[in-house]
Amino acid sequence: MTVLDGIRVIEIANERIAFAGKLLGDMGADVILVEPPNGDPGRQLPPFVDQEPGDNRSLHFMHYNTSKRSAVVDLNSTAGQSTFRDLIGIADVLIESEPVSRLSTLSLDYADLVGTRPGLIHVAVTPYGRNEPLSDLPVTDLTLMAAGGPPWSCGYDDHSLPPMRGWGNQGYQTGCHFAFMSILTALLHRNVSGAGQFIDVSMTAALNVTTEAASYSWLVNQSTVQRQTGRHAAVKLTGESQVRCADGRYVNTGVPPRFPKEFKSLLNWMKEIGLSEDFPEVIFLEMGAAWDGPFDLSMIGEDETITAIFMAGRQALVKIANSVGAYEFFTGCQQAGLSVGLIYSPEEAFEDEHFKARGFQVSVEHDDLDRTVIYPGAPYRLPQSPWSISRRAPHLGEHTEEIMALIQ
Amino acid sequence: MAGALSHFRICDFTGQLAGAGATKWLAAFGAEVIRIEDPVRQGRWDILRGIGPFADDRRGIDLGGAFNNHNTDKKGITLNLRTDKGKEILTEIIKKSDAVTENFAAGVLEKWGFGYEDLKTIKPDIIYVSNCGFGHEGPYSKFKTWGPIVQAVSGLTFSSTLPQQPPAGWGYSYMDHTGGYYMAMAIMLALLERDKSGKGQWVDLACTEAGLSLNGPALLDWTVNQQPMRQEAGFNSNRSQYAVMAPHGIYPCQGDDEWIAISCRNDHDWMQLSALIDADLADTVKQWCSSFDALQYRLDQQDELDEHMMNWTREREKFNLQERLRHCEIPVAAVQKPAERIDQDPTTGNFGLWPTVTHSQIGEVRVDGLPVHFSETDWHMARGAPCLGEHTEEVLVDLLGKTTDEVTRLREEGVI
Repeated sequence: MTVLDGIRVIEIANERIAFAGKLLGDMGADVILVEPPNGDPGRQLPPFVDQEPGDNRSLHFMHYNTSKRSAVVDLNSTAGQSTFRDLIGIADVLIESEPVSRLSTLSLDYADLVGTRPGLIHVAVTPYGRNEPLSDLPVTDLTLMAAGGPPWSCGYDDHSLPPMRGWGNQGYQTGCHFAFMSILTALLHRNVSGAGQFIDVSMTAALNVTTEAASYSWLVNQSTVQRQTGRHAAVKLTGESQVRCADGRYVNTGVPPRFPKEFKSLLNWMKEIGLSEDFPEVIFLEMGAAWDGPFDLSMIGEDETITAIFMAGRQALVKIANSVGAYEFFTGCQQAGLSVGLIYSPEEAFEDEHFKARGFQVSVEHDDLDRTVIYPGAPYRLPQSPWSISRRAPHLGEHTEEIMALIQ
Repeated sequence: MAGALSHFRICDFTGQLAGAGATKWLAAFGAEVIRIEDPVRQGRWDILRGIGPFADDRRGIDLGGAFNNHNTDKKGITLNLRTDKGKEILTEIIKKSDAVTENFAAGVLEKWGFGYEDLKTIKPDIIYVSNCGFGHEGPYSKFKTWGPIVQAVSGLTFSSTLPQQPPAGWGYSYMDHTGGYYMAMAIMLALLERDKSGKGQWVDLACTEAGLSLNGPALLDWTVNQQPMRQEAGFNSNRSQYAVMAPHGIYPCQGDDEWIAISCRNDHDWMQLSALIDADLADTVKQWCSSFDALQYRLDQQDELDEHMMNWTREREKFNLQERLRHCEIPVAAVQKPAERIDQDPTTGNFGLWPTVTHSQIGEVRVDGLPVHFSETDWHMARGAPCLGEHTEEVLVDLLGKTTDEVTRLREEGVI
């Protein structure tokens, strides 16, 4: 038993909202993926098992549809519409990303359904919100991101290179985060009031409020951030923070040392690996290590000694990074109390001992593939209400019969 | 009007964005969020308190623009937890709270005597949600993070890049925002669990794990196919990651640092686009589009295709081009600058995405709203972030039943 056991969700299959259904299903909700007779187009998305396309081989679909059941319901037919209405009759949540007026045309919108199912929570996730005709134009993760703001802040110091969009369907996933938070909020409200509601989630609005300083710099004093290589876009440009290590991998050097004990650790480390001798600024590290009390950060650029000490700290980090492997730099700095990060590829992160030790790698039996597949695990750990992948992604219509039995 | 979460009270130690962003959501839906800050250090643990952007020439710990943005509609009190009386007052607040939330480094709250075991003694069904970079268990539990470090370690920085360039990464703390979303989810999931079973719990949220979970298909491509994302040739993350689409990129437009994103999902999109390009270029350059009619060719020769695309887009104004492509139903969007998406794009204004709140000292200022609307219990933002200790007296008197004399005495004794 876990927290969302007993909550039934109807999800009208759409690539954009599949992740919201997974978040619900992995916390115990009974998520019924309603698919058209020819299946969710998401079933055809690469990558594929053994890189061979085919039915039930899409790793993309497998990931985003864990812990769900599938029922084929043809919303274009009268019989299918009637079945859908019956399904809503036993559901708590409807989540969809249909064209803005499709459900009302079919008499299956919130206003049509709430009478038969009081307490229904209906969540529509659309590119610009349910009231915007623009929501019906085609989008991809890339175009949503461009419209919503993230790429403006991401890229390189060299502005002849384009603004960048990060991979991983983060645009869709951000919309899904808000859909899931909305559903949890509405469920908490329903627990005390008995009332459901209609919830309108805008995917571009979700991105607009997920851009940190880009938005609030404009909102507060109409200043505009500029993108920089591997660090925060800023109104006033800042120094580099990304360094290539001896093994060719990059690290983020984080905030340079600010406390005497950090300078001391850095100095000792340089001595240990024999770097202090050809580093003339070592004298400033020594001064930093011997400094009495905390530094006055506001004096950087004002006081010559303090400035020299800070510069030396930053240079020392770069020098060490250039001389050791990225992993050694990451763990060495962290052990010295400095918050730095190794720029892992996703698979390197996945294989890292920390995440393995925490049980982040999760095995799921695939009877359909005759093997066990390792999946990414829980994004949060609730000991009283454990996250789990309760079943592999469903085949098309795999559960139609048992689901129809629920409404007969 | 009662909000969706008006029946909850949060004893909130969160700060920065990764924590404060979570309780901002709860406060917008009516939860009573009581931010607890240290009077000795003037709340400076949250570095955003006193740093820009600023609305005017004034400076100070109550005037930080980011702090105001992330802490709307919360109450703020000061409490010196070095004193016994401070601890007693905190204990009284916890007794009346549904959840205790924090995003300190692992173990900080425990050191003050308010670890989960202590909290449970105070209130058996308390919900405790901690949010730190690597979680409270595991080899790196002592390691420290902030947004860009989380992004680096969880694979997200790496996957935003051009080939033969260092990672571009995320030019903001995507994982502070998103870590805050996961923290809000965790708090609400735990509240739902308590509604159901009556049990509280400690949720140990590790931001890096939430970040790593956002790479799903890439991780399955690794575990099933042993396909690593790190490859000699590198990649261009403006292209489609797996879905086979081309052209698919961000292209320069007329003007300084003006760009447009275009995705052709299939041959139909491409035929529409190439007709448009052909019509534009007919008189000036040799037509090249028809050689790219086959999808496989577009994918194989994507560098050359992108060169052609750039030569075409570079001469055109981005919003005009956006209109033309929208008309053809090709996925398109101008890369919007903050001013454009906040003040000129009617879709954000129509949605009510930038509400104006009133801050006791800053005055009226716009903030990030929420990208959702509820038909029955919608969110509401009215008040800016609390000034340091702005609600200390109110909370001590109204919630804990202290007299104003007692409050004065506590202030004199350095407890609040």
